Amino acid sequence: MKNEGETAERPDNTAFTQQRLPAWQPILSAGIVIPGFLLIGLAFIGIGVGLFLTSQTIQVLERDYTGFDKDSPCFSCTNPNTQNCTCEITIALSELFKGPIFFYYGLSNYYQNFRKYGVSKDYYQLTGDTKSFKSPQESCSPFDFDSNKNVIVPCGAIANSMFNDTFELYHIINGTKKQVPLDGKGISWWTDYNLKYRNPSFVNGSFAKAFDGTVKPINWPKPAYELDLTDQSNNGFLNQDFLVWMRRSALPEFRKLYRRITEGDYSAGLPAGNYSLTVHYNYPVLTFDGRKKVFFSNVSWMGGKNDFLGIAYLVVGSLCVVMSVVMLIVYAKFKFSDDDA
Amino acid sequence: MRLVKRRWKDVRVGDFVRVLSNQIIPADILLLHTSDPNGVCHMETANLDGETNLKQRRVVPGFSTLGKPFQPQTFSSTVVCENPNNNLNVFKGYVERPDKRRTGFGIDSLLLRGCTVRNTDDAAGIVVYTGHETKSMLNNSGPRYKRSKIERKMNTDVLFCVLLLFFMCLIGALGHSIWLETFTTMPSYIVPDRNGNYTPSVLAGFYMFFTMIILLQVMIPVSLYVSIELVKMGQIFFITQDVELYDEELDSRVQCRALNITEDLGQIQYVFSDKTGTLTENKMVFRRCTILGTEYCHDENAARLAVVSGANEEEEDTLYQQTKLPPLFPLEELQDSHTGDKNHANTQVTAANRRRSRVAAGAQSDMAFSTPLETVVVPDRKLMLEVDRQMASILCGPYLDFFLALAICNTVVVSTVTAQRERVKGRSNSAYSGGSFHIMGQWFRKGSLRNVFSSMKFFKRGEDTLADPFAKDEDEPDMFHSSDVSDSTTGQKVISSESEVKRSLSGTEEVCYEAHSPDEAALIHAAKAYGFTMVERTPYYVTVKLPDDTLLKFEVLDVLTFDSTRRRMSIIVRHPHTNEIIMYTKGADSAIMERLGNVFSDMSQVDNVAKQIAVKTQKDLDMYARDGLRTLCFAKKVISEKEFKAWFAIRQEALSAIDEKEERLLDTATYIENNFTLLGATGIEDRLQESVPETIQALRRAGMQVWVLTGDKPETAINIAYSCKLLDHEDLVFTFSTNRKSVCKMRLEDTLGELRRSSLSPGAEVQFRGNNSAFTLMEHSIGLVIDGPTLSMAMSDDLVEQFVELCKHCRAVLCCRVTPLQKSSVVKLIRQKLRVMTLAIGDGANDVNMIQAADVGIGVSGQEGMQAVMASDFAITRFKHLQRLLLVHGHWCYSRLANMVIYFFYKNVAYVNLLFWYQFYCGFSATAMIDYWLMIFFNLLFTSAPPIMFGIMDKEVSDSTLLSLPELYKKGQHSEGYKRSTFWIAILDAFYQSLVCFFIPYWTYNGSDIGIFSFGTPMNTVSLFTIILHLAIEIKSWTVVHWVIMIGSVLVYFIVTLAYSAICTSCNPPSNPYWIMHKQMADPMFYLVCILTTVVALLPRYTLHVLRGTLAPSPHLSARQLERLPPSHREQRIREWRGLRDTCISPSLRSQEHSSSPCPSA
Repeated sequence: MKNEGETAERPDNTAFTQQRLPAWQPILSAGIVIPGFLLIGLAFIGIGVGLFLTSQTIQVLERDYTGFDKDSPCFSCTNPNTQNCTCEITIALSELFKGPIFFYYGLSNYYQNFRKYGVSKDYYQLTGDTKSFKSPQESCSPFDFDSNKNVIVPCGAIANSMFNDTFELYHIINGTKKQVPLDGKGISWWTDYNLKYRNPSFVNGSFAKAFDGTVKPINWPKPAYELDLTDQSNNGFLNQDFLVWMRRSALPEFRKLYRRITEGDYSAGLPAGNYSLTVHYNYPVLTFDGRKKVFFSNVSWMGGKNDFLGIAYLVVGSLCVVMSVVMLIVYAKFKFSDDDA
Repeated sequence: MRLVKRRWKDVRVGDFVRVLSNQIIPADILLLHTSDPNGVCHMETANLDGETNLKQRRVVPGFSTLGKPFQPQTFSSTVVCENPNNNLNVFKGYVERPDKRRTGFGIDSLLLRGCTVRNTDDAAGIVVYTGHETKSMLNNSGPRYKRSKIERKMNTDVLFCVLLLFFMCLIGALGHSIWLETFTTMPSYIVPDRNGNYTPSVLAGFYMFFTMIILLQVMIPVSLYVSIELVKMGQIFFITQDVELYDEELDSRVQCRALNITEDLGQIQYVFSDKTGTLTENKMVFRRCTILGTEYCHDENAARLAVVSGANEEEEDTLYQQTKLPPLFPLEELQDSHTGDKNHANTQVTAANRRRSRVAAGAQSDMAFSTPLETVVVPDRKLMLEVDRQMASILCGPYLDFFLALAICNTVVVSTVTAQRERVKGRSNSAYSGGSFHIMGQWFRKGSLRNVFSSMKFFKRGEDTLADPFAKDEDEPDMFHSSDVSDSTTGQKVISSESEVKRSLSGTEEVCYEAHSPDEAALIHAAKAYGFTMVERTPYYVTVKLPDDTLLKFEVLDVLTFDSTRRRMSIIVRHPHTNEIIMYTKGADSAIMERLGNVFSDMSQVDNVAKQIAVKTQKDLDMYARDGLRTLCFAKKVISEKEFKAWFAIRQEALSAIDEKEERLLDTATYIENNFTLLGATGIEDRLQESVPETIQALRRAGMQVWVLTGDKPETAINIAYSCKLLDHEDLVFTFSTNRKSVCKMRLEDTLGELRRSSLSPGAEVQFRGNNSAFTLMEHSIGLVIDGPTLSMAMSDDLVEQFVELCKHCRAVLCCRVTPLQKSSVVKLIRQKLRVMTLAIGDGANDVNMIQAADVGIGVSGQEGMQAVMASDFAITRFKHLQRLLLVHGHWCYSRLANMVIYFFYKNVAYVNLLFWYQFYCGFSATAMIDYWLMIFFNLLFTSAPPIMFGIMDKEVSDSTLLSLPELYKKGQHSEGYKRSTFWIAILDAFYQSLVCFFIPYWTYNGSDIGIFSFGTPMNTVSLFTIILHLAIEIKSWTVVHWVIMIGSVLVYFIVTLAYSAICTSCNPPSNPYWIMHKQMADPMFYLVCILTTVVALLPRYTLHVLRGTLAPSPHLSARQLERLPPSHREQRIREWRGLRDTCISPSLRSQEHSSSPCPSA
């Protein structure tokens, strides 16, 4: 029997305190890792092939409509003095462009990730809090009040700089233009539309009254409550285009979803033929050497076209296989010389 | 007059304070009155220095009012004393009475704050120092803050990180300026200020520099410092938990008093050891004596010692089975064949002590020097006869004088068993207060509640056992037969009556000795064995019981205490029968021999006998020294009344002197101490501790140089050095002992020249290297023995370089007769000149300097009090524990901490660089693509536990392998675990990994419609995987804890991130991570990116590890592979390895300035 009095200080003789816990001690050596490398290599090559093939099936149509060149159709619109300029871009499809088709606009050299730009908004306004319609957050400055000290709603640089080119797509069948229906619903995140952004509640049954005492952002042609005259629910802070714009892009070259082509005759895709894209050219980018593009793309399980990942997997996979071969040689040689010695 | 109760804080200088028995003294008090008739007050200084023997304090001479209560009103003198200082052993001052008479006093009249009054009903005095001016508080300077070698190195690397941060911020600032310059008109995403103006690009860049600092500040690993503290706490926990470093006898574990230098234990290059008490037991055992030139070898005693040491081992084995301990002498036998109650007393005390020593072990060493080993001496038969003859015939004679000298010429205090019991009781409460780590340790241990519980229990048991320590012993089996000893004396001794035996059996007032030094204890017990029992000691009287039970009460006229200059002590007494004034002196042989009365000058008949005695004694002394015994000479001198009076007057004057008191006292002592008549000499054995040779050998093999610094004389020291394998008989030993500097210089130069010549002829060495490793080894086994005076010459400015050079060539250095100060200066010299990590280990107050001077100070809590332990960083109980402490724990702590620090640097850089690379794509605007909270959580929650666990628990090589292959320790000595290159490789790897972690997602998502924080989420995840798996590559052994923490960290990441991005829809603008993680985790691309990036990021490091493991395995890796072999196979491989090592380590040892050449593998 152990006596407490005499050995009170005696440390507990357990595996933990004596650092004798059963342990797995891996020893890295060529012999053990060769199969590992080979396995990883082969798996990666497999994934790479899959990704690459998937990516190849995705069709992408890309058109720059900035109007930088004199002979481009939108060149005339680049003059900052022209108002309500429209230009037309013709697209010829030699084969069926499979649907559902996603229609993006893209900007280059556009830094939505600029830090001060990113903070320039008022979340309380965007959640429909009318108190902040009177006193917007400091972060919106200088886009919080207009010159007459009226509150700008939605305030801030992001909202103010919202992309405002609009597009219409026509299918030219025998010289007549047939408009392709563009679906603007559900292009933003479900959570943005349903949870994160909220419109202010109606005042006296009128949505516009909720915005009383405020002014529209300086660059906007219309106030927030009139963004979509055709669809009442697509107005205010819940306007899909607004939501898409408010989700700042990570990199200076980006695209944003504009519409989807899912309806009517075109639900299966755009058949071969000639198309005309009418651009209502409003958004200036040439001052900072930016570019504007439109993208038509269909998607797969891996999203849009992405050759890089497939190739990267292939390269790394092959590298692993090569490495395992090298190691095999090293291992054999080492073993050999070891035995020799 | 009335005494009032006051709080400690209200005590002022000049107050009169009365303290009762067992109370703690509230301030430094000059003792003016005690209840003791002799004006003595006992106090226990365990709180101050851990020493458990009682210290005697006496009333300032002339102030004792015997029997009367203390009356402060009548005190009208002025007390003058020195300024407060921290010297616990020196205090001087004087009391000036109204009539201008001055009385000096010293430390022996001062009650120290924090001590406890014992055995004295009450003591009173005047307060001289209070509060922070008291000696105990001034001594309490707190632990010296030491910074470990790794931490010093780490700090410079932190500076590199700062530099790196600076450059990154500069790049950010310049980049921002240049980026702004490219715009002729400002685009809509650049936000102007309130007035619509844009900040000039240069100014914006300037601001950006500081914004970048905020963004990238994680680069400077502030959390590293916190983590290191936690890791060290964990490491210390495991060190103190090691059951192999636990001492059953003393019931004490290793104590870590310094909390921040655990890893220094793994980098020691030089070990400086004390001899007495560190290498040896410091349990002094009386072995032999020589009286009047006749040597008594005490063979029976030697035989007994052999048995006792055997019994001790057995005792340890059976401790848990609660076997009753057999007494050394069976009781029946004693009653049958009496040798007189002297032997009896002996036995009883032994049994009692033995019990007590084990019972009270919880309170550290209970009473000093009282194990059976020390207390029991079996008398030499021949000598016993001699003594008895002299006892019978006359009451004086050289033999009697010799034993009287043994019995009274000391400062041993007699106390009673009852007093002992009280103290054991008292101390059990404070047993847990010692040691700085104890306080912290309490939370580590089973919780403080259990502590209280166990100490209570202990206390109870203590009482039980002490109450009837003898009852149990009576029917216990015989273990050692002493009948033969008894037989020889029975016939001649009158047997005391049965009732007397019973009285002594009841043991109510049995004597216990409280000795300051183990030598004294050994001697007094030896005297007791021959029937000369000191029964009482007061400042004025000392009473000795002679073998025939008569009591001799000597009046003590003066005591000349021991000091290191004189190296002797004397007591001047008046013999009660003859009324002669006799001075008994004991001291080192040289200190006595040179002061014998006219031995070598006069050739008269009488002195010729004395001369012969002296010569014979010297011969015996030399023999003792060769046997490694400690020698002491005893001498006597009869002083005439007149001479004494004259001298005493001078002495009193010196005593009351204020200036140069020490010198004057020394002069008076030297004046009287001459013309001795030699009585004899004793040889005391200081036994080597167990496993000392093995430990020294292991430390050596681990590449440590072991030096022994001792105050002993060269002969004894060299003997011990041989017996503990510090020196080998094959070694070439240079002995430096001279008084002339020129000689010293010449010797140094000669020796060095010789050594250089031999090391400059490599031909012979190469030739012999292959087939005869012993030869090469032998060539370099150079030992150096140097004594104190020579050492101080060698360390003078002009010779020091040569001395150090010589030391580098020596395998063993032995410094004898060195003072404490020299010990520390040797340590400092080596530390500074050779820039090596030093460790000093010692047990006594004389080692304190050395312990404090070294990088790591280790105290051996042994027989000589706690001063060394108090000054140390780590306290162990046995020298052999050093092996495990250094080779296992030191090595573990070092490599764990080194790896952890490197990893931490890597981790921070790898993570922060992600943000940095992003700056190139956001106009250097200091945008973070990861939510701020997640960034904070990343360091705080997701990746904090694994490195800490790594630093506490990783185990590259098991302890048994580390012990069997001490060579592995060299990794720490050469700082291989954490070099500058290791740091930069880690930083480079971090850069590479961060590039991968950024650019693979970048190329994947570039041009797509991904949002900022959706872009940051895979990066954050990838870098978590990379960082965790990077650690997984580094972890050498995976226990359950590892798995739990590693997998737990990943799980916590996902749980916290998912929860965080689900709970609030609009919190933490502008990042607002709402639903981002969920959206990403629903996307197959996320997983594909994560897998690819992690693999690519870790591929190089993994491959490197594999290749290194295959092509050039480090010794540690080979050792790990050894562990996988079956035991039999393993031993053979280890032996092979050792052989291989020896041949290739030895040449590198010779030239330490060259980096050690790597061992050719295979």
